[in-house]
Amino acid sequence: MQRYFHEELEQIRSKLIRMSEKAREVGQLALEGFVECDLKKAERALVMDDEIDALEVEIDRDAVRYITLRGPVSSDVRLILVAIKASHDIERVGDEAHSIAKRTSSILRREGKVFQPVAIAEMGEIAFSMLGDAITAFIEGDLELARSIVHRDSEVNRLNRENYKTLSSELDGDLDNELGEASTQIKIIFISKSIERIADHAKNLAEEVIYLQTGDYYNS
Amino acid sequence: MVTKTNSSLKECTPIIEVSELDFAYGSTQALFNVSMDIYEKQVTAFIGPSGCGKSTFLRCFNRMNDLIEVAHTKGGNIKINGVDINKPDVDVIELRKHVGMVFQKSNPFPKSIYDNIAYGLRIQGIKKKEILDQVVEECLRSAALWDEVKDRLQESALGMSGGQQQRLCIARALAVKPRILLMDEPCSALDPVATAKVEELIHELKKNYTIVIVTHNMQQAARVSDRTAFFYLGKLIEYDATDTIFMNPNNEQTEAYVSGRFG
Ligand SMILES: Nc1ncnc2c1ncn2[C@@H]1O[C@H](COP(=O)(O)OP(=O)(O)OP(=O)(O)O)[C@@H](O)[C@H]1O
Ligand SMILES: [Mg+2]
Repeated sequence: MQRYFHEELEQIRSKLIRMSEKAREVGQLALEGFVECDLKKAERALVMDDEIDALEVEIDRDAVRYITLRGPVSSDVRLILVAIKASHDIERVGDEAHSIAKRTSSILRREGKVFQPVAIAEMGEIAFSMLGDAITAFIEGDLELARSIVHRDSEVNRLNRENYKTLSSELDGDLDNELGEASTQIKIIFISKSIERIADHAKNLAEEVIYLQTGDYYNS
Repeated sequence: MVTKTNSSLKECTPIIEVSELDFAYGSTQALFNVSMDIYEKQVTAFIGPSGCGKSTFLRCFNRMNDLIEVAHTKGGNIKINGVDINKPDVDVIELRKHVGMVFQKSNPFPKSIYDNIAYGLRIQGIKKKEILDQVVEECLRSAALWDEVKDRLQESALGMSGGQQQRLCIARALAVKPRILLMDEPCSALDPVATAKVEELIHELKKNYTIVIVTHNMQQAARVSDRTAFFYLGKLIEYDATDTIFMNPNNEQTEAYVSGRFG
């Protein structure tokens, strides 16, 4: 029997979906800002994560209310737990997007463009396809899709390590150079790291979908 | 963090206003200086340990305590729609038409399902079959019972399941078109499925009726009510939005009671 308060679970679900779509949008905008050397995009991304933070607070509050007043069991409890964990992951995606946008705009404001020697665009593509698929897997309850996301994380990790190696060796070579260039390299190292973190959160989201569907944690 | 109170609590009109009520059975006082407003088209739950006076208080609203010889109001008053219901010129029969009651143990009359509902109307002098048919169907539908019993309206109500009997009693209470429905532990004898059905019904009925429910089931109070009042030893300890009472009550005794740490 469908109870009237199950509607409230649907609302939590849809807030989570709204929040994740928003985070993906901000993240992608920040990444495009970097890849396309587009200061406007980077600056737009900078002001977009407030709504994400607000939704996280709302979801937590709704979750506590639902647990307290509705006495959920079984998959309903899992949905609540996943809502709390996933909203935290999504909020972190928003934070990483924010810091990508901030570093990008600082580089662009100083230098007008970013030389793209490393695999940022490629990493970003994988990370955001993981995030997009995790959202789809959640919406559609697609267990296979969720499982397919988890292992894609390692490629992003590899690219990040590569980026780090390249950029830090350039740093060594640039030691005699002015500080400005070195600080740009460091910023790009951080941007690479942020994308790697976004992929981590996408992987977490995928694991949360698997838990929601099966009641079991995924162990790879 | 600021806890937002239930938005459904905005803009509501008090329909019952209780002011400084003292109530006693003989020399034993059962309610002490209780003041509270109960709001129209909301569900208000009374909770509290056994003997704290919930049923006594509920029975004050339609003067069911009049039937108990030693029971009497010692002070204060209760107004329903602005009228002091203990005034000598109040017609108690009329009052009980406006303020219906459903009890813990379902108590259908040993008559047919149809007659259980038609009874109250016949007493009022309504005899036309078309009208009775229509009201019986309406009430059974409102009580979410019509589909289950429409083919056996002439069978005895005593042959129904406990949950069906309880919903029949609710349907019977609705027949005289009350504005307020008092329910004293309406689900305590029901299984979870029947309980869920009655709760759904309560949720549905609050669109048109004001409901006051006494329950020992915390989860039920949390699920069905908009406001909750916690009583202890005849005193109203805390009364607030149900969200607040269960998520963040102000009083330590309330917190202890709702979290099962009481006593
Ligand atoms: N008919 C009566 N005659 C005398 N005293 C009564 C009567 N009914 C109730 N009382 C007393 O009034 C007090 C409140 O009783 P009441 O039945 O209102 O409590 P309650 O909160 O409804 O308890 P429960 O949860 O057990 O139903 C108790 O001390 C009880 O003994
Ligand atoms: Mg009682």
